[in-house]
Amino acid sequence: MTRRIEPCYLIFSLLGGVVLLFIVAPLAGIFINTSAAGFFETMRDSEVTGSIWLTLFASMGATVICAAASIPFSYILARKDFPFKGVVNGIIDLPIVIPHSAAGIALLGVLSGGSLFGGAMEKVGIKFIGTNAGIMAAMAFVSIPFLINSARDGFAAVPEELEKAAMNLGAGPLRVFLTISLPIAWRSVLSGLVLMWARGMSEFGAVIIIAYHPMITPVLIYERFGAFGLKYARPVSAVFLIVCFIFFVLLRTIAGRKDYVKS
Amino acid sequence: MLRVEKLSKNMGEFSLRDVSFEAREGEYLVLLGASGTGKSVLLETIAGISLPDTGRVLLGGRDITYEKIQKRDLGIVFQNGALFPHLTVAKNVSYGLKCRGEKSAEIRSRVEGLAEELGFSSLLSRNPVTLSGGEAQRVALARALAIRPHCLLLDEPLSSLDRGACSEIRSLLRRLKRRNITIIHVTHDYEEALSLADRVGIMEEGTVVQTDTPEKIFTQPISGFVADFVGIRNFIPGRLVRKSPDKERASEFVSDRIRFNVLTDEKEGEGNIIIRSEDIILSAQPVSTSARNIFKGKVVDLFPARLGMEVIVDVGVELAALVTRESVERLGLEHGRELFVSVKASAVRFIGA
Repeated sequence: MTRRIEPCYLIFSLLGGVVLLFIVAPLAGIFINTSAAGFFETMRDSEVTGSIWLTLFASMGATVICAAASIPFSYILARKDFPFKGVVNGIIDLPIVIPHSAAGIALLGVLSGGSLFGGAMEKVGIKFIGTNAGIMAAMAFVSIPFLINSARDGFAAVPEELEKAAMNLGAGPLRVFLTISLPIAWRSVLSGLVLMWARGMSEFGAVIIIAYHPMITPVLIYERFGAFGLKYARPVSAVFLIVCFIFFVLLRTIAGRKDYVKS
Repeated sequence: MLRVEKLSKNMGEFSLRDVSFEAREGEYLVLLGASGTGKSVLLETIAGISLPDTGRVLLGGRDITYEKIQKRDLGIVFQNGALFPHLTVAKNVSYGLKCRGEKSAEIRSRVEGLAEELGFSSLLSRNPVTLSGGEAQRVALARALAIRPHCLLLDEPLSSLDRGACSEIRSLLRRLKRRNITIIHVTHDYEEALSLADRVGIMEEGTVVQTDTPEKIFTQPISGFVADFVGIRNFIPGRLVRKSPDKERASEFVSDRIRFNVLTDEKEGEGNIIIRSEDIILSAQPVSTSARNIFKGKVVDLFPARLGMEVIVDVGVELAALVTRESVERLGLEHGRELFVSVKASAVRFIGA
């Protein structure tokens, strides 16, 4: 007896194939249209490698700094009810929906030396406009929802009974958070960190408004495209894509290693 | 001693209303109630996981109603054990001791001692997700006992276990009971209550309606609810004696005033038998049937039940039989009427204590 394929699922799968092709084809095109010689030459271009390191580290820095404040906050969002919680959750998602150039403009307003906050920070020696700090701020602004949402879902999935049991055994709230909730939700938290980091790396719109220089890779690609055309922008894109891909797979693998929360 | 005084808490969907009861020092108190009567909320309120709206909780005379959860000196065990999945069995058991800052040598000897006592020494380095239900519940009990609580709170500790694990944990709980720990155990299962409790409290719609010995609760329920809920009107304490190892044959149950033939696979020993009132047959003459228990008795009471009529017959002990109005008329049942009572050995249920 031959296995019959349900026509409905066949159509769904074909539609899925079209979507996958839509994602894979342009990316593959970049590599197909980049010569090996051009690729390796770009890898030796110090402007390119410098921008890639800057992008990786700026995004990582933004993620780590935000993590310290966002992870405990995600826990509160998962566990506690308070007035206007829906509004707070909405605010957290705002950076996902607003245009990133608009986000850059908004940030510029508070980070520039003329503003209250920017001016105060300048007095203690931290400038944002055209600096690494500015890049990190722009990256953090647009990518922080990914961390908070993922961490919040992770904490929400930790059975409350475990926390109750820990408190009953004598653990205070901080100890419960550090020894029970965080380790059990760790996979979601880590996956949020990876998402935030990856999203920060790919940011262009907000960063270019705060800091054209020093140049992160997305800005460099845009500049090479504007000044020299597609042929020069493509190898940089290819190198950056590979770097992003490697780091992404690496971190996803680490994040996926243990899973305590059974469905 | 743990005392709850007029505890109330409004939870929206259901609430605790004026709950009062007391667990005496070293007593095993079972709170028995249908699901949704607020048993778990009550335990959590005693443990300090949630706070009551009004009322008091006293532990050994000390008011702990608003005491911090960490300082209450009560150990709670949840239905599924609630073991920490990211820690080994040993680290689960030692968690509370570490919170108290005890020395690691002491912690180790205490953990090993408890593992030995509760029979999971070979599991100490295992991950909790690999344990069976019964094993997990042993570890959860050890984890709660490790902090030497004044009183142990058990939230349906047997209800997620299969039959074998259930009787295993039950006998473990009986052993703990002999160690004179005050235990409050909530359940919806009357068999659990019968086999473990020194006293039973019946919970109905958010309050404790009756607290008494199992015998009193089952034979003299104070309200229709209790009677309906426990569903058992005939309850006799005594001792089971196996006459033959053959499982097809009846064993003998001996109490002070009566003997019953019982079909059971339980081991010999102290316990109770229960007989549903609908399983008792009344007849004017001794009749030859498959019933292995036939007694001569006298009607001592007769009254309408929720369904049908309840007839109390004295056959040495008082047995309640549930019959129809037609039977009452046909047999001419009335106060003082002599008759015969038959009960099948298979309708008599023995529960070991």
